[in-house]
Amino acid sequence: MKPYFRQIIKEIYKIGISSIGIVIIISVFMGAVITLQTAYNFTSAIIPRYLIGVGARDSMLLEFSSTMVGLILAGKVGSNIASELGTMRVTEQIDALEIMGINSAGYLILPKIIAIVFFNPFLCMISMFVGIGGGYAIALFTESVTPENFILGIRAFFIPFYITYSIIKTILFAFIIASVSAYQGYFVKGGAIEVGKASTRAVVYSSILILLFNLILTNLLLG
Amino acid sequence: MIEVKNIHKSFGDNHVLKGISTIFERGKINLIIGKSGSGKTVFLKSIIGLHEIDKGEILYDNRTFSGTKTKFKKTIRKELGMVFQGGALFDSETVERNVMFPLEMFSDMSFEEQRERANFCLKKVNLLNANHLFPSEISGGMQKRVAIARAISLNPKYLFCDEPNSGLDPATSIVIDNLIKDISEEFDMTTIINTHDMNSVVEIGDKITYIHEGQKWWEGSNNDIFSSENKELNDFVFVSKKMKLMMKRK
Repeated sequence: MKPYFRQIIKEIYKIGISSIGIVIIISVFMGAVITLQTAYNFTSAIIPRYLIGVGARDSMLLEFSSTMVGLILAGKVGSNIASELGTMRVTEQIDALEIMGINSAGYLILPKIIAIVFFNPFLCMISMFVGIGGGYAIALFTESVTPENFILGIRAFFIPFYITYSIIKTILFAFIIASVSAYQGYFVKGGAIEVGKASTRAVVYSSILILLFNLILTNLLLG
Repeated sequence: MIEVKNIHKSFGDNHVLKGISTIFERGKINLIIGKSGSGKTVFLKSIIGLHEIDKGEILYDNRTFSGTKTKFKKTIRKELGMVFQGGALFDSETVERNVMFPLEMFSDMSFEEQRERANFCLKKVNLLNANHLFPSEISGGMQKRVAIARAISLNPKYLFCDEPNSGLDPATSIVIDNLIKDISEEFDMTTIINTHDMNSVVEIGDKITYIHEGQKWWEGSNNDIFSSENKELNDFVFVSKKMKLMMKRK
Protein backbone atom coordinates (compact mmCIF):
# COMPACT_ATOMS: atom_id res chain seq x y z
CA MET A 1 0.00 0.00 0.00
CA LYS A 2 2.87 2.35 0.82
CA PRO A 3 4.31 2.56 -2.72
CA TYR A 4 0.83 3.30 -4.08
CA PHE A 5 0.34 6.07 -1.53
CA ARG A 6 3.75 7.48 -2.39
CA GLN A 7 2.75 7.41 -6.05
CA ILE A 8 -0.49 9.34 -5.31
CA ILE A 9 1.43 12.04 -3.42
CA LYS A 10 3.93 12.27 -6.29
CA GLU A 11 1.10 12.65 -8.80
CA ILE A 12 -0.67 15.29 -6.69
CA TYR A 13 2.51 17.31 -6.80
CA LYS A 14 3.17 16.68 -10.50
CA ILE A 15 -0.37 17.12 -11.78
CA GLY A 16 -1.93 19.44 -9.22
CA ILE A 17 0.53 21.63 -7.37
CA SER A 18 2.63 22.27 -10.45
CA SER A 19 -0.51 23.55 -12.23
CA ILE A 20 -1.31 26.23 -9.63
CA GLY A 21 0.90 28.79 -11.37
CA ILE A 22 -0.70 28.50 -14.79
CA VAL A 23 -4.21 28.44 -13.27
CA ILE A 24 -3.49 31.66 -11.37
CA ILE A 25 -2.06 33.45 -14.42
CA ILE A 26 -4.94 32.42 -16.68
CA SER A 27 -7.62 33.17 -14.10
CA VAL A 28 -6.31 36.65 -13.30
CA PHE A 29 -6.38 37.63 -16.95
CA MET A 30 -9.74 35.95 -17.57
CA GLY A 31 -11.33 37.75 -14.64
CA ALA A 32 -9.84 41.06 -15.78
CA VAL A 33 -10.97 40.67 -19.39
CA ILE A 34 -14.49 39.54 -18.41
CA THR A 35 -14.83 42.64 -16.23
CA LEU A 36 -13.60 44.93 -19.01
CA GLN A 37 -15.87 43.34 -21.62
CA THR A 38 -18.92 43.42 -19.34
CA ALA A 39 -18.26 47.07 -18.56
CA TYR A 40 -17.85 47.82 -22.26
CA ASN A 41 -21.24 46.23 -23.03
CA PHE A 42 -23.14 47.84 -20.13
CA THR A 43 -23.40 51.31 -21.63
CA SER A 44 -27.00 52.09 -20.81
CA ALA A 45 -27.55 54.53 -17.96
CA ILE A 46 -30.47 52.51 -16.62
CA ILE A 47 -28.30 49.42 -15.97
CA PRO A 48 -26.70 49.68 -12.54
CA ARG A 49 -22.89 49.55 -12.71
CA TYR A 50 -22.64 46.95 -9.93
CA LEU A 51 -24.05 44.38 -12.39
CA ILE A 52 -20.58 44.33 -13.95
CA GLY A 53 -19.40 42.64 -10.74
CA VAL A 54 -22.35 40.24 -10.84
CA GLY A 55 -21.54 39.31 -14.46
CA ALA A 56 -17.82 38.83 -13.81
CA ARG A 57 -18.46 36.69 -10.73
CA ASP A 58 -21.08 34.48 -12.36
CA SER A 59 -19.01 34.01 -15.52
CA MET A 60 -16.06 32.88 -13.43
CA LEU A 61 -18.12 30.59 -11.19
CA LEU A 62 -20.33 29.07 -13.85
CA GLU A 63 -18.02 28.64 -16.78
CA PHE A 64 -14.47 29.89 -16.73
CA SER A 65 -13.11 28.34 -13.52
CA SER A 66 -14.37 24.90 -14.46
CA THR A 67 -14.56 24.64 -18.24
CA MET A 68 -11.79 27.00 -19.35
CA VAL A 69 -9.41 25.77 -16.67
CA GLY A 70 -10.44 22.20 -17.60
CA LEU A 71 -9.55 22.82 -21.23
CA ILE A 72 -6.22 24.34 -20.32
CA LEU A 73 -5.41 21.47 -17.98
CA ALA A 74 -6.40 19.03 -20.75
CA GLY A 75 -3.53 20.56 -22.70
CA LYS A 76 -1.01 20.70 -19.90
CA VAL A 77 -1.82 17.63 -17.82
CA GLY A 78 -3.37 15.50 -20.59
CA SER A 79 -0.35 15.70 -22.87
CA ASN A 80 1.93 15.09 -19.90
CA ILE A 81 0.08 11.92 -18.85
CA ALA A 82 -0.14 10.54 -22.41
CA SER A 83 3.49 11.20 -23.25
CA GLU A 84 4.76 9.86 -19.92
CA LEU A 85 2.81 6.60 -20.21
CA GLY A 86 3.52 6.33 -23.93
CA THR A 87 7.26 6.66 -23.34
CA MET A 88 7.07 4.10 -20.55
CA ARG A 89 5.29 1.74 -22.95
CA VAL A 90 7.75 2.06 -25.85
CA THR A 91 10.80 1.82 -23.58
CA GLU A 92 9.37 -1.37 -22.02
CA GLN A 93 9.06 0.16 -18.54
CA ILE A 94 5.42 -0.98 -18.40
CA ASP A 95 6.47 -4.50 -19.44
CA ALA A 96 9.06 -4.41 -16.65
CA LEU A 97 6.29 -3.67 -14.13
CA GLU A 98 4.16 -6.50 -15.51
CA ILE A 99 7.07 -8.94 -15.30
CA MET A 100 7.55 -8.01 -11.65
CA GLY A 101 3.94 -9.10 -11.10
CA ILE A 102 2.66 -5.54 -10.64
CA ASN A 103 -0.66 -4.45 -12.11
CA SER A 104 0.83 -1.69 -14.24
CA ALA A 105 -2.47 0.08 -14.94
CA GLY A 106 -3.32 0.06 -11.25
CA TYR A 107 0.10 1.33 -10.30
CA LEU A 108 0.47 3.99 -12.99
CA ILE A 109 -3.02 5.15 -13.94
CA LEU A 110 -5.09 4.94 -10.76
CA PRO A 111 -2.86 7.31 -8.75
CA LYS A 112 -3.11 9.85 -11.57
CA ILE A 113 -6.92 9.66 -11.59
CA ILE A 114 -7.12 9.90 -7.80
CA ALA A 115 -4.65 12.81 -7.73
CA ILE A 116 -6.38 14.87 -10.40
CA VAL A 117 -9.94 14.18 -9.19
CA PHE A 118 -8.87 15.10 -5.66
CA PHE A 119 -6.85 18.21 -6.52
CA ASN A 120 -8.70 19.83 -9.42
CA PRO A 121 -11.58 21.12 -7.25
CA PHE A 122 -8.93 23.09 -5.32
CA LEU A 123 -7.59 24.47 -8.59
CA CYS A 124 -11.13 25.42 -9.55
CA MET A 125 -11.63 27.30 -6.27
CA ILE A 126 -8.28 29.04 -6.63
CA SER A 127 -9.34 30.06 -10.13
CA MET A 128 -12.65 31.50 -8.82
CA PHE A 129 -10.93 33.63 -6.18
CA VAL A 130 -8.09 34.78 -8.38
CA GLY A 131 -10.39 35.46 -11.35
CA ILE A 132 -12.64 37.68 -9.27
CA GLY A 133 -9.46 39.27 -7.92
CA GLY A 134 -8.44 40.04 -11.51
CA GLY A 135 -11.77 41.76 -12.03
CA TYR A 136 -11.27 43.76 -8.83
CA ALA A 137 -7.83 44.84 -10.07
CA ILE A 138 -9.52 46.25 -13.18
CA ALA A 139 -11.95 48.09 -10.95
CA LEU A 140 -9.02 49.51 -8.97
CA PHE A 141 -6.81 50.54 -11.85
CA THR A 142 -9.27 51.56 -14.58
CA GLU A 143 -12.43 53.62 -14.74
CA SER A 144 -14.64 50.81 -16.12
CA VAL A 145 -16.29 50.29 -12.74
CA THR A 146 -15.62 51.63 -9.28
CA PRO A 147 -14.21 49.20 -6.69
CA GLU A 148 -17.26 49.84 -4.50
CA ASN A 149 -19.66 48.91 -7.31
CA PHE A 150 -17.61 45.84 -8.14
CA ILE A 151 -17.63 44.65 -4.51
CA LEU A 152 -21.35 45.34 -4.31
CA GLY A 153 -21.83 43.33 -7.51
CA ILE A 154 -19.91 40.26 -6.43
CA ARG A 155 -21.95 40.16 -3.20
CA ALA A 156 -25.32 40.66 -4.89
CA PHE A 157 -27.69 37.81 -5.90
CA PHE A 158 -25.16 35.19 -4.90
CA ILE A 159 -26.36 31.61 -5.48
CA PRO A 160 -24.15 29.11 -3.56
CA PHE A 161 -25.25 26.27 -5.85
CA TYR A 162 -23.14 27.80 -8.63
CA ILE A 163 -20.03 26.73 -6.70
CA THR A 164 -21.38 23.19 -6.24
CA TYR A 165 -22.22 23.08 -9.94
CA SER A 166 -18.72 24.21 -10.86
CA ILE A 167 -17.08 21.68 -8.55
CA ILE A 168 -19.21 18.84 -9.96
CA LYS A 169 -18.14 19.82 -13.47
CA THR A 170 -14.49 20.06 -12.43
CA ILE A 171 -14.50 16.57 -10.91
CA LEU A 172 -15.97 15.08 -14.08
CA PHE A 173 -13.58 17.02 -16.31
CA ALA A 174 -10.64 15.88 -14.17
CA PHE A 175 -11.72 12.28 -14.58
CA ILE A 176 -12.07 12.76 -18.36
CA ILE A 177 -8.60 14.33 -18.66
CA ALA A 178 -6.86 11.60 -16.65
CA SER A 179 -8.67 8.59 -18.08
CA VAL A 180 -8.67 9.62 -21.75
CA SER A 181 -5.03 10.68 -21.67
CA ALA A 182 -3.94 7.60 -19.73
CA TYR A 183 -5.76 5.36 -22.21
CA GLN A 184 -4.05 7.06 -25.16
CA GLY A 185 -0.61 6.79 -23.58
CA TYR A 186 -0.93 3.32 -22.07
CA PHE A 187 -1.89 1.62 -25.33
CA VAL A 188 0.71 3.26 -27.57
CA LYS A 189 2.42 0.94 -30.04
CA GLY A 190 5.55 1.92 -31.92
CA GLY A 191 8.03 4.67 -31.19
CA ALA A 192 8.50 8.37 -30.55
CA ILE A 193 6.20 9.49 -33.38
CA GLU A 194 3.32 7.41 -32.02
CA VAL A 195 3.92 8.85 -28.54
CA GLY A 196 3.59 12.35 -30.03
CA LYS A 197 0.42 11.39 -31.86
CA ALA A 198 -1.04 9.83 -28.71
CA SER A 199 -0.28 13.00 -26.82
CA THR A 200 -2.11 15.10 -29.43
CA ARG A 201 -5.07 12.68 -29.46
CA ALA A 202 -5.24 12.86 -25.67
CA VAL A 203 -5.60 16.66 -25.75
CA VAL A 204 -8.10 16.70 -28.63
CA TYR A 205 -10.35 13.92 -27.31
CA SER A 206 -10.27 15.25 -23.74
CA SER A 207 -11.18 18.75 -24.95
CA ILE A 208 -14.07 17.52 -27.08
CA LEU A 209 -15.41 15.37 -24.24
CA ILE A 210 -15.10 18.28 -21.81
CA LEU A 211 -17.16 20.51 -24.11
CA LEU A 212 -19.74 17.78 -24.65
CA PHE A 213 -20.12 16.96 -20.96
CA ASN A 214 -20.19 20.67 -20.15
CA LEU A 215 -23.34 20.92 -22.25
CA ILE A 216 -24.89 17.76 -20.79
CA LEU A 217 -24.13 18.69 -17.16
CA THR A 218 -25.32 22.26 -17.62
CA ASN A 219 -28.59 20.98 -19.02
CA LEU A 220 -28.94 18.48 -16.18
CA LEU A 221 -27.98 20.79 -13.33
CA LEU A 222 -29.21 24.19 -14.47
CA GLY A 223 -31.66 23.37 -17.27
CA MET B 1 13.95 -25.71 -15.02
CA ILE B 2 11.62 -24.28 -17.63
CA GLU B 3 9.91 -26.59 -20.07
CA VAL B 4 8.35 -25.31 -23.28
CA LYS B 5 6.06 -27.71 -25.15
CA ASN B 6 5.01 -27.11 -28.74
CA ILE B 7 4.20 -23.41 -28.44
CA HIS B 8 2.54 -21.47 -31.24
CA LYS B 9 1.98 -17.75 -31.49
CA SER B 10 0.45 -15.69 -34.28
CA PHE B 11 -0.19 -12.00 -34.76
CA GLY B 12 -3.10 -11.85 -37.18
CA ASP B 13 -2.03 -13.85 -40.23
CA ASN B 14 1.61 -13.76 -39.20
CA HIS B 15 2.45 -17.15 -37.66
CA VAL B 16 5.56 -16.24 -35.65
CA LEU B 17 6.19 -19.28 -33.43
CA LYS B 18 5.54 -22.62 -35.11
CA GLY B 19 5.63 -25.30 -32.44
CA ILE B 20 8.81 -24.79 -30.43
CA SER B 21 9.64 -27.32 -27.72
CA THR B 22 12.71 -27.21 -25.50
CA ILE B 23 13.97 -27.41 -21.93
CA PHE B 24 15.97 -24.69 -20.18
CA GLU B 25 17.97 -26.24 -17.40
CA ARG B 26 18.65 -24.85 -13.96
CA GLY B 27 22.09 -23.46 -13.19
CA LYS B 28 22.92 -23.19 -16.88
CA ILE B 29 23.16 -20.27 -19.26
CA ASN B 30 20.61 -21.03 -21.95
CA LEU B 31 20.99 -18.92 -25.07
CA ILE B 32 18.35 -18.34 -27.72
CA ILE B 33 19.98 -17.25 -30.94
CA GLY B 34 18.68 -16.45 -34.39
CA LYS B 35 18.53 -13.80 -37.08
CA SER B 36 16.58 -10.58 -36.60
CA GLY B 37 12.90 -11.34 -37.19
CA SER B 38 13.27 -15.06 -36.50
CA GLY B 39 10.93 -14.89 -33.50
CA LYS B 40 13.46 -14.81 -30.64
CA THR B 41 11.91 -11.90 -28.78
CA VAL B 42 8.36 -13.19 -29.27
CA PHE B 43 9.57 -16.56 -27.96
CA LEU B 44 11.13 -14.98 -24.87
CA LYS B 45 8.13 -12.74 -24.24
CA SER B 46 5.81 -15.73 -24.61
CA ILE B 47 7.79 -17.68 -22.02
CA ILE B 48 7.47 -14.87 -19.49
CA GLY B 49 3.82 -14.32 -20.33
CA LEU B 50 4.00 -10.90 -21.98
CA HIS B 51 2.46 -12.57 -25.03
CA GLU B 52 -0.37 -15.05 -24.51
CA ILE B 53 0.45 -18.18 -26.53
CA ASP B 54 -2.14 -19.66 -28.93
CA LYS B 55 -1.21 -23.28 -28.37
CA GLY B 56 1.22 -25.34 -26.30
CA GLU B 57 2.37 -25.35 -22.71
CA ILE B 58 4.98 -23.60 -20.56
CA LEU B 59 6.03 -25.12 -17.24
CA TYR B 60 8.16 -23.51 -14.55
CA ASP B 61 9.58 -26.37 -12.44
CA ASN B 62 6.58 -28.51 -13.44
CA ARG B 63 4.10 -25.70 -12.62
CA THR B 64 1.95 -24.85 -15.61
CA PHE B 65 2.30 -21.14 -16.41
CA SER B 66 0.53 -20.73 -19.75
CA GLY B 67 -3.23 -20.34 -19.68
CA THR B 68 -3.38 -20.05 -15.87
CA LYS B 69 -5.15 -17.34 -13.91
CA THR B 70 -3.49 -13.96 -13.51
CA LYS B 71 -3.17 -14.48 -9.75
CA PHE B 72 -1.09 -17.64 -10.20
CA LYS B 73 0.95 -16.01 -12.96
CA LYS B 74 1.78 -13.20 -10.56
CA THR B 75 3.11 -15.73 -8.05
CA ILE B 76 5.50 -17.12 -10.65
CA ARG B 77 6.38 -13.67 -11.96
CA LYS B 78 7.65 -12.72 -8.53
CA GLU B 79 10.26 -15.45 -9.05
CA LEU B 80 11.39 -13.94 -12.36
CA GLY B 81 14.03 -11.36 -13.07
CA MET B 82 14.13 -9.70 -16.46
CA VAL B 83 16.76 -7.56 -18.13
CA PHE B 84 15.20 -5.74 -21.07
CA GLN B 85 17.01 -4.80 -24.25
CA GLY B 86 17.02 -1.09 -23.41
CA GLY B 87 17.29 -1.63 -19.66
CA ALA B 88 13.69 -0.42 -19.05
CA LEU B 89 14.81 1.50 -15.98
CA PHE B 90 12.29 3.90 -14.47
CA ASP B 91 13.33 7.35 -15.68
CA SER B 92 11.93 9.23 -12.73
CA GLU B 93 13.77 7.14 -10.13
CA THR B 94 17.44 7.15 -9.19
CA VAL B 95 19.67 4.11 -9.73
CA GLU B 96 19.28 3.09 -6.10
CA ARG B 97 15.48 3.52 -6.11
CA ASN B 98 15.26 1.50 -9.33
CA VAL B 99 16.98 -1.43 -7.62
CA MET B 100 14.93 -0.95 -4.45
CA PHE B 101 11.65 -0.87 -6.37
CA PRO B 102 10.89 -4.65 -6.41
CA LEU B 103 11.86 -4.86 -2.74
CA GLU B 104 9.56 -1.99 -1.88
CA MET B 105 6.68 -3.68 -3.71
CA PHE B 106 7.12 -7.27 -2.56
CA SER B 107 9.33 -7.57 0.51
CA ASP B 108 8.66 -6.90 4.16
CA MET B 109 12.06 -5.26 4.53
CA SER B 110 12.42 -1.90 6.24
CA PHE B 111 13.65 1.04 4.17
CA GLU B 112 17.18 0.62 5.51
CA GLU B 113 17.19 -3.12 4.76
CA GLN B 114 15.95 -2.42 1.23
CA ARG B 115 18.72 0.09 0.78
CA GLU B 116 21.31 -2.34 2.07
CA ARG B 117 20.07 -5.05 -0.31
CA ALA B 118 20.06 -2.60 -3.25
CA ASN B 119 23.64 -1.63 -2.49
CA PHE B 120 24.61 -5.30 -2.22
CA CYS B 121 23.13 -5.93 -5.71
CA LEU B 122 24.81 -2.83 -7.13
CA LYS B 123 28.10 -4.03 -5.69
CA LYS B 124 27.55 -7.43 -7.34
CA VAL B 125 27.35 -5.71 -10.73
CA ASN B 126 30.38 -3.55 -9.89
CA LEU B 127 28.42 -0.34 -9.89
CA LEU B 128 29.49 1.90 -7.10
CA ASN B 129 29.00 5.63 -6.56
CA ALA B 130 26.09 5.86 -8.99
CA ASN B 131 23.27 5.43 -6.45
CA HIS B 132 21.93 8.94 -6.71
CA LEU B 133 22.20 9.34 -10.46
CA PHE B 134 19.22 9.05 -12.77
CA PRO B 135 19.20 6.54 -15.67
CA SER B 136 19.65 9.36 -18.18
CA GLU B 137 22.88 10.37 -16.43
CA ILE B 138 24.66 7.02 -16.83
CA SER B 139 26.08 5.14 -19.83
CA GLY B 140 24.37 2.27 -21.69
CA GLY B 141 26.65 -0.31 -20.08
CA MET B 142 25.91 1.09 -16.63
CA GLN B 143 22.18 1.03 -17.38
CA LYS B 144 22.43 -2.67 -18.25
CA ARG B 145 24.21 -3.29 -14.96
CA VAL B 146 21.51 -1.46 -13.02
CA ALA B 147 18.91 -3.53 -14.88
CA ILE B 148 20.73 -6.71 -13.84
CA ALA B 149 20.97 -5.47 -10.25
CA ARG B 150 17.23 -4.75 -10.25
CA ALA B 151 16.48 -8.15 -11.77
CA ILE B 152 18.40 -10.02 -9.04
CA SER B 153 17.27 -7.88 -6.12
CA LEU B 154 14.48 -10.27 -5.14
CA ASN B 155 16.72 -13.35 -5.55
CA PRO B 156 14.83 -14.72 -8.57
CA LYS B 157 14.81 -18.38 -9.56
CA TYR B 158 14.69 -17.51 -13.24
CA LEU B 159 16.61 -14.78 -15.02
CA PHE B 160 15.70 -13.60 -18.52
CA CYS B 161 17.82 -11.25 -20.59
CA ASP B 162 16.71 -9.80 -23.92
CA GLU B 163 19.80 -8.93 -25.94
CA PRO B 164 21.81 -7.67 -22.97
CA ASN B 165 24.73 -6.73 -25.24
CA SER B 166 22.90 -4.68 -27.82
CA GLY B 167 24.46 -1.27 -28.28
CA LEU B 168 27.54 -2.11 -26.23
CA ASP B 169 31.15 -2.34 -27.37
CA PRO B 170 32.71 -5.86 -27.44
CA ALA B 171 34.72 -5.38 -24.25
CA THR B 172 31.71 -4.15 -22.23
CA SER B 173 29.60 -6.94 -23.76
CA ILE B 174 31.96 -9.57 -22.40
CA VAL B 175 31.93 -7.91 -18.98
CA ILE B 176 28.11 -8.02 -18.97
CA ASP B 177 28.11 -11.64 -20.18
CA ASN B 178 30.50 -12.77 -17.48
CA LEU B 179 28.53 -10.84 -14.89
CA ILE B 180 25.35 -12.68 -15.86
CA LYS B 181 27.19 -16.01 -15.82
CA ASP B 182 28.72 -15.39 -12.39
CA ILE B 183 25.43 -14.25 -10.90
CA SER B 184 23.54 -17.20 -12.40
CA GLU B 185 26.04 -19.67 -10.99
CA GLU B 186 26.20 -17.99 -7.60
CA PHE B 187 22.43 -17.90 -7.13
CA ASP B 188 21.76 -21.17 -9.03
CA MET B 189 19.27 -19.58 -11.40
CA THR B 190 17.72 -20.81 -14.64
CA THR B 191 19.02 -18.17 -17.02
CA ILE B 192 17.73 -17.56 -20.53
CA ILE B 193 19.44 -15.04 -22.76
CA ASN B 194 18.18 -13.84 -26.11
CA THR B 195 21.09 -12.77 -28.28
CA HIS B 196 22.65 -12.69 -31.71
CA ASP B 197 26.08 -11.88 -30.39
CA MET B 198 28.47 -14.71 -31.26
CA ASN B 199 30.91 -13.56 -28.58
CA SER B 200 28.26 -14.40 -25.97
CA VAL B 201 27.71 -17.78 -27.58
CA VAL B 202 31.38 -18.65 -27.32
CA GLU B 203 31.90 -17.05 -23.92
CA ILE B 204 28.94 -18.22 -21.83
CA GLY B 205 26.57 -20.45 -23.85
CA ASP B 206 26.05 -23.67 -21.87
CA LYS B 207 23.08 -24.56 -24.00
CA ILE B 208 22.14 -22.89 -27.27
CA THR B 209 18.81 -23.01 -29.06
CA TYR B 210 18.85 -21.74 -32.63
CA ILE B 211 15.53 -20.32 -33.84
CA HIS B 212 14.90 -19.98 -37.57
CA GLU B 213 11.59 -18.78 -39.04
CA GLY B 214 9.75 -19.44 -35.79
CA GLN B 215 11.03 -22.99 -35.39
CA LYS B 216 13.78 -24.65 -33.39
CA TRP B 217 16.43 -25.67 -35.95
CA TRP B 218 19.29 -26.66 -33.76
CA GLU B 219 20.18 -27.22 -30.12
CA GLY B 220 23.55 -27.88 -28.52
CA SER B 221 26.44 -26.40 -26.56
CA ASN B 222 28.96 -23.72 -27.50
CA ASN B 223 31.47 -26.49 -28.21
CA ASP B 224 29.20 -28.11 -30.80
CA ILE B 225 28.04 -25.00 -32.63
CA PHE B 226 31.13 -24.59 -34.84
CA SER B 227 31.14 -28.22 -35.90
CA SER B 228 27.45 -28.42 -36.73
CA GLU B 229 26.46 -29.31 -40.27
CA ASN B 230 23.12 -27.58 -40.06
CA LYS B 231 23.09 -25.27 -43.09
CA GLU B 232 20.86 -22.52 -41.64
CA LEU B 233 22.90 -22.45 -38.44
CA ASN B 234 26.16 -22.23 -40.38
CA ASP B 235 24.72 -19.42 -42.50
CA PHE B 236 23.93 -17.57 -39.29
CA VAL B 237 27.22 -18.29 -37.51
CA PHE B 238 29.55 -17.79 -40.46
CA VAL B 239 28.02 -14.76 -42.12
CA SER B 240 31.33 -13.56 -43.46
CA LYS B 241 32.66 -15.49 -46.50
CA LYS B 242 36.20 -15.08 -45.19
CA MET B 243 35.23 -16.70 -41.92
CA LYS B 244 33.59 -19.60 -43.76
CA LEU B 245 36.78 -20.13 -45.74
CA MET B 246 38.90 -20.03 -42.60
CA MET B 247 36.72 -22.66 -40.93
CA LYS B 248 36.91 -24.90 -44.00
CA ARG B 249 40.72 -24.65 -43.99
CA LYS B 250 40.78 -25.57 -40.31
